[in-house]
Amino acid sequence: MLSIRELYIHYITDEGIVKAVNGVSFDVQEGETVGLVGETGAGKTTTALGVMRLVPNPPGRIISGDILLNGESLLGLTEAQMRKIRGEKIAMIFQDPMTSLNPVLTVGDQIAEVVRFHNKKTSRADAFKKAAEMLGTVGIDPDRMDEYPHQFSGGMKQRVGIAIALTCNPGLLIADEPTTALDVTIQAQVLNLMVKLKKEFNTSMLLITHDLGVVADVCDKVAIMYAGEIVEFGAVPDVYRNTGHPYTIGLFGSIPDVKKKVKRLSPIQGLMPDPVDLPAGCSFEPRCQVATAECKTLKPRVGEISPGHMVKCTHHWREANHGHSS
Amino acid sequence: MDTLLDVKNLKKFFKTPGGMLHAVDGLTFNIDRGKTLGIVGESGCGKSTLGRTVIGLLSKSGGDVFFEGRNIKTLTKDESLELRKKMQMIFQDPFSSLNPRMTVSESIAEGLIAHNICKNGIELNRQVSNLMDTVGLASRFALSYPHELDGGRRQRIGIARALALNPKFIVCDEPVSALDVSIQAQILNLLQDLQEEKGLTYMFITHNLSVVKHISTEIMVMYLGRLVEKSPSDELFEHTLHPYTQALLSAIPTVNLDGKKERIILQGEIFSPINPNPGCRFAARCVYSREKCREIDPEINEVTPGHFVACHFMEEINGIHVK
Repeated sequence: MLSIRELYIHYITDEGIVKAVNGVSFDVQEGETVGLVGETGAGKTTTALGVMRLVPNPPGRIISGDILLNGESLLGLTEAQMRKIRGEKIAMIFQDPMTSLNPVLTVGDQIAEVVRFHNKKTSRADAFKKAAEMLGTVGIDPDRMDEYPHQFSGGMKQRVGIAIALTCNPGLLIADEPTTALDVTIQAQVLNLMVKLKKEFNTSMLLITHDLGVVADVCDKVAIMYAGEIVEFGAVPDVYRNTGHPYTIGLFGSIPDVKKKVKRLSPIQGLMPDPVDLPAGCSFEPRCQVATAECKTLKPRVGEISPGHMVKCTHHWREANHGHSS
Repeated sequence: MDTLLDVKNLKKFFKTPGGMLHAVDGLTFNIDRGKTLGIVGESGCGKSTLGRTVIGLLSKSGGDVFFEGRNIKTLTKDESLELRKKMQMIFQDPFSSLNPRMTVSESIAEGLIAHNICKNGIELNRQVSNLMDTVGLASRFALSYPHELDGGRRQRIGIARALALNPKFIVCDEPVSALDVSIQAQILNLLQDLQEEKGLTYMFITHNLSVVKHISTEIMVMYLGRLVEKSPSDELFEHTLHPYTQALLSAIPTVNLDGKKERIILQGEIFSPINPNPGCRFAARCVYSREKCREIDPEINEVTPGHFVACHFMEEINGIHVK
């Protein structure tokens, strides 16, 4: 479905080159949901914007690599061709439903706009009929079609965002922190809806989040991102039960789990490196508990520790698991 | 037990064009010395208002707050000045709660200067550097401005400010919500260490249920200004009795792949707290609600020692019998 190959995206600023995405490669298969997890500044959103070819330029630029959608490279397309892809083949749900909708258009207008953009022959009446149908699909009373975004609550606005994204039945849905701004009970409603619609519309999904709990609920595979690189990738049970990378281990240690009692959390010490000035060797080396001298200079390779479970660490998983796995 | 803070029937209403907004509507609870009470609820349930009202940043509309056995209302001016040193607050957003034109050390020193704690500049400097040390801020940041620091460090400044006057009680209003998980864990550990070291009492306001379970001795769940359930932390997660708490707990995404339970999906969203109807505030979203729920306010019952629930049909829902 989607295949990202050795993607590099940099922002060229006066203060230096911000290396946001550094050699990211992964695939999203047909019908699959892949979670992209990382902390603020890890490059998750830049990767997503890269796929949509929406990286603001300047200062952002896709330096090298390739993005293939069903085998076709997106980077070679003209802007006009790309506009047909967006919404029709790949659609995006944004993090903040409060700012991603147009405040001066009714929600009906905003959905109908998508319908008519991608199918110029559609009559106004048909477009609005489709808009009403989409609102019904996401659980909003179609009678509210003539209301403006500010008349909706956060959860409802996010439903409108989902309706807009699914209108043209895209093959791939990119959801950028779709539930981060919502309360847990509303988050549960929205996630439920997304999973249901994903099945109904038979779309693949790339879900960007910082919440490993959401990934466990929704995703088939997970990619852990750190300082612009994928440090671990694999099926959710593999990554969660047989965690390979020291950073991922640190992430799990940082989360209080309601089902387990721990006296103290074991967080990762220190901070993420400045993307303007990344370490020469492994970018996680300064914070890593198991780093050795060679990590300072050697860029880690990606190794497969079990089928489909990739870890980017020089020491791979034996040492990373403190030596007690064989 | 030694009660530090005792809150009786506390109310805070706001006048709005649409009517009276019942942000906090008759809450009664207490916190023991050295313990942490977690306050949980969704946006708009009144948890931040509660924190601000307890500490006196907002005037109350009704009810009483007792601190160390004395009603705050009856204190003289000098006494209430003393009291302010004992009650402090850590704010949610370390980006907007610090004065951008003050350096780190100026920010931390502000309270010390206002209360005339230090005799001279040398002592003040020593105090500030001690505080920075306590919260894990390197002394090289003393002359930095907040915008030069990341969220985690800024929150450490907020904590140092709260600690400056050697308080007994700290209201933590979503202190880790704006932070990434690895930084969040560092701050939570810091707060726990400080509590042990200084015997602090916390009121910990958050919407993050995993965090609240981790840090609290007791948890109070709020819905639209009312208490729905209050219990010792472990008990709440083991024997969840109120239908709202049950839905709330089942909605937490957990990283634990084993034993995933069926999720209760609540219909609808939280209602407006303006001129609320009588009866249970949760009735409109509750799967068990009946006529009685929409007419009569549920009483707060103590089911087992320390476990309070406000629900008419709690016994029936959970198949238990309470004498």
